[in-house]
Amino acid sequence: MTAFAVPSNLAVSENGFLFVPTSGETFTLNKLGISIFKLMQKGADTEEIIDALLEEYDIDKTTLEKDFTDFVNQLKHHNLIEEK
Amino acid sequence: MEKKIYEKPAITKHHSGFMNKFGSSPVTTPKSEVDGVSVNAIADQYGSPVFVLSERRIRENFRNTLRTFKTRYPKVQYAWSYKTNYLNAVCSIFHQEGSWAEVVSEFEYDRARKLGIPGKYIIFNGPDKSEQALLKAIEDGAKIHVDHFDELYKIIELSEKTEKKPQLAIRVNMDTGIYPKWDRFGFNYENGEAMEALRRIVMQPTLKLIGLHTHIGTYMMSAEAYRIAARKMVVLANELFTKYETKLDYIDMGGGFPSNNTLKGQYLQAEQVLPTIEDFADAVTSELFRISYHGSDMPTLILESGRSLIDDAGFLISTIIANKRLSDGKKATIMDGGVNILFTSFWYKHKISPAQPTGLSTENSTIYGPLCMNIDVLREDIVLPNLKVGDRVVIHHVGAYNMTQWMQFITLRPNIVMVMEDGTTELIRESEDLEYIMSREKLPAKLSEFKL
Ligand SMILES: Cc1ncc(COP(=O)(O)O)c(C=O)c1O
Repeated sequence: MTAFAVPSNLAVSENGFLFVPTSGETFTLNKLGISIFKLMQKGADTEEIIDALLEEYDIDKTTLEKDFTDFVNQLKHHNLIEEK
Repeated sequence: MEKKIYEKPAITKHHSGFMNKFGSSPVTTPKSEVDGVSVNAIADQYGSPVFVLSERRIRENFRNTLRTFKTRYPKVQYAWSYKTNYLNAVCSIFHQEGSWAEVVSEFEYDRARKLGIPGKYIIFNGPDKSEQALLKAIEDGAKIHVDHFDELYKIIELSEKTEKKPQLAIRVNMDTGIYPKWDRFGFNYENGEAMEALRRIVMQPTLKLIGLHTHIGTYMMSAEAYRIAARKMVVLANELFTKYETKLDYIDMGGGFPSNNTLKGQYLQAEQVLPTIEDFADAVTSELFRISYHGSDMPTLILESGRSLIDDAGFLISTIIANKRLSDGKKATIMDGGVNILFTSFWYKHKISPAQPTGLSTENSTIYGPLCMNIDVLREDIVLPNLKVGDRVVIHHVGAYNMTQWMQFITLRPNIVMVMEDGTTELIRESEDLEYIMSREKLPAKLSEFKL
């Protein structure tokens, strides 16, 4: 399954504030966004992330997968991650 | 197990100039008093601009922070970071509350001694300690925090001549996962330099090792960074104990907790992105309990917080000088307090409130100070109600660093007033006058006359 490469200089604060030192851009992630981003940083792949979230949250797999894909596309659009 | 409520994962990019969607209190809410004392009355009596400090707020901030740490760890000691604000009245409040002094220069050291602080309650940090300053500090029994090997060798040399044993800690720098890394002060943890410096001190019979110090950065937005820092300090402490049976009196985690100011380039209001003091305290203290010696021998946790204790206790009252339009039609407002006295406006988006009720219409403006200089911008893109010439405004959260880093440039530095707990006001630093500024100058005889 797909894993993600997150640049090592990116750190997201507990409140979801993300600052990109190379571009000066700033972002805010919501709670689930933070959890996913942190899992990606730890090297988790799509399947592991989906499984972990299904375990933790009250949500069906199809909706989660759609939302997850959309989120990943946004991260890629902002050049915050790359697929390995 | 109950599952958590799901909310779609989301990321929002910040665009400067957008309104804050969280609707913090409207900018038009006037700030007409400080602890019950009228802003206009203060400006009428002490002039404009004028800095105002709240005694009550300083004490409350201190007590709340100390309580937060003390309920999590048995031994906690604060040392007031003089550079943050070294006015005597300010330092004295912190000393009355039990704080020691944390100084970073001989000038600050002398200030603390003059105020009556015994050497053993002074922490002497900083990269530049002259031989004269070191001798004084050794003689007084001050806690000297060594910054580099050249300083350590200088102290070893001095210690062979002095009767008193220098009381030493080292400053440690490390990777805490934050960017940029602060590695210019102290000895590095990762490359083994810190342990080498500690070994050198422990082996030297004329020195006494009493502690470890770090200060990982300022306005830190991550509690996790403190957890990592505390963990690394404990690794060093445990290694000292295992290898040399040395127990430390203290571990000093420095300052760096943010104040409630919003950084430039930060989209959300500070309160929405910053960890709380409880988060920082949990991170630090949970790691300290990993120390291998317990009970009454556990090292004291020393903290040197600056801005988080005093920023929101300071206000700058300023008066509108003029309103004008820039070439692109944008509104510009000129005030009598500029970047010369408000150094922090270079990195904070300071909150500015009118001092009196205003109309409802607002406009996006740029606020300039009175200096004849292009850099004198206090706020870009702030939505304010229409302010007339002579109206007063209050600039919030200016208690840290401004009253020490301010510049004397083309004008005089203003009065500083303290609103006391009993509702009276005291002048704690008188504004400068021409005489005071010129008294330090010498005019060579040959230049003393001219004819035009
Ligand atoms: C050694 C040391 N301690 C404490 C402080 C106070 O820092 P802050 O105001 O970020 O809490 C500073 C400030 O730079 C410092 O250099």
